Amino acid sequence: MSEQHIRVDYLARVEGEGALKITVRDNQVVDLRLDIFEPPRFFEAFLRGRSFHEVVDIVARICGICPVAYQMSAAHALEKALAITPPPGVRSLRRLLYCGEWIESHALHVFLLHLPDFLGHESAVSMASDPALRPIVERGLRLKKIGNRLMTILGGREIHPVSVCVGGFYRAPAPSELRPLLPEFEWGIEAAAQTLRWAAGLEFPAFDGRYDFVSLFHPDEYPMNEGRIVSSWGLDIAIEDYEKHFRELQVPHSNALHSVRADMGTSYMVGPLARLHFNFERLQPEAKALAREVGMCPPMHNPFASLLARGVEILHALEEAHAIIREYRGIGEPCSAEITARSGVGMHATEAPRGLLYHRYRVGEDGTILEAKIVPPTAQNLRRIEDDLRHYVPSILSLPLPDATLRCEQLVRSYDPCISCATHFLKLEIEHV
Amino acid sequence: MLGFGNEYRSDDGVGIAVVRALGPHLPPSAAAVATEPHAIDLFERWKDADLVIVVDAVSSGSPPGTIHRFEAQGQPVPAVFARCSTHAYSIAEMIELARALGTMPPRLLVLGIEGESFQHGVGLSPAVARAATEAIQTILRALKDPSPTEGSRQRLEGPKGDSASAKRPDHDRKP
Repeated sequence: MSEQHIRVDYLARVEGEGALKITVRDNQVVDLRLDIFEPPRFFEAFLRGRSFHEVVDIVARICGICPVAYQMSAAHALEKALAITPPPGVRSLRRLLYCGEWIESHALHVFLLHLPDFLGHESAVSMASDPALRPIVERGLRLKKIGNRLMTILGGREIHPVSVCVGGFYRAPAPSELRPLLPEFEWGIEAAAQTLRWAAGLEFPAFDGRYDFVSLFHPDEYPMNEGRIVSSWGLDIAIEDYEKHFRELQVPHSNALHSVRADMGTSYMVGPLARLHFNFERLQPEAKALAREVGMCPPMHNPFASLLARGVEILHALEEAHAIIREYRGIGEPCSAEITARSGVGMHATEAPRGLLYHRYRVGEDGTILEAKIVPPTAQNLRRIEDDLRHYVPSILSLPLPDATLRCEQLVRSYDPCISCATHFLKLEIEHV
Repeated sequence: MLGFGNEYRSDDGVGIAVVRALGPHLPPSAAAVATEPHAIDLFERWKDADLVIVVDAVSSGSPPGTIHRFEAQGQPVPAVFARCSTHAYSIAEMIELARALGTMPPRLLVLGIEGESFQHGVGLSPAVARAATEAIQTILRALKDPSPTEGSRQRLEGPKGDSASAKRPDHDRKP
């Protein structure tokens, strides 16, 4: 009987703190744990007793990379609880803000965190030291900057923007503030298309995952803020019914909860692959043509190809943002709805860069938050990541340990886990005992 | 002048405190930016600067208030600055990325101030507050004489790598 151990004590190139420990006995994985030791954050608890006005800015602090996602899910959920309809114009401006976040978050992950795995480099710094790859890093940083500039103009600052409120925006930009960005978006669309063609030629480890994909579906647009929740294994539900179909479990080795399907107890995948799976037809024209060209059309089974899915979504977001800015004439005053506090419950989910992000709030008569529930995408993916590793590890046991370890890390990074958001990420330990 | 940190985590805010205190004393050619160290592309902000000074809190086990001073233009950032970051990139990695991309300023002075407490709360520990005052004096001296001081003298690199260009009076230096 032979046992092997794979250990990664501190997972690099992910957001937050985690470790991976795998024990293999006679080529079977007998124990596998994605330890999430990032401390708990307690956001749901300390939102209680605060005014609904404060929620959007507090939840933005959950993440420095995807604050807009938290703001969008919270604003929409509270608008439902308080029965508010934002003024016209808010909808497309919120999509534009989300485009900014998708661009900066995906560009960070694709170019600086995930690409080194495919190129045999330990980091973006070592990639940038290679003259052949330096232009790729430079391109990634410039693409990321486009997203950040959009966030700054729309949100007041690039991290934790301050312009979003329940009911709309505190301030909407003048068309003259956004127009100067157009030429940079035109460069970005070309650069993102080039990158996608180049990245499609990289070597993607073989892996066939038959996933229960879960994402929003919208008949008219690539989903961000609205739609129904659909799954490959048969769900088609209103966002309000999320908690009837998905539940959270506590596991001893993780400060983040694990989400599973309530009916079957099975794991599922949220994120760019899931979105693309259900919404391919509603990609922007160039993104759709490129996705088809590089083979990123449904059905998709390889989690490593999420790198390309993010590339497609960067291109999509650049095209959509360009179109919105071109048409933008300002949204007039006021740019938010007037609100009268009332009691109510509101739930909403939007598509964060890493996948579906669900919020529910119960608000008291005076507008105080009585209860808050936040289910981030990484928590929903954790069980799926463990399941993937359980299937994947036996196929790579013949590799030298450092290579096998790296492959496991690459697989985990395919999910772009944001552990800070979920803790409620990663050292790898493959243990052959 | 870039001050990093989170002012709501006690001594972690020392970089921000230094930048704020320096503001009124800076010459017109200098700019001070206080920020959380999230953005990997922070070096975009020092484009065209002749001298960049980075101030951040460190936790290396030295006595609280110790000022770790490092000229980063000539050699890799030492481990004391490669702090464990809860975010994808640390300041040390950001500086090394800038070096790999060839976007290092002619001079980059890093001041790391050893913190005592990184707990939730506002305000600096006495030893760290004293070190902040000392750091401010160090920075004002560096602005008067932008060449590296004795003990940490490095060969300057880059096309503008001499103290003459750093003293150009009409140059709009923004970090």
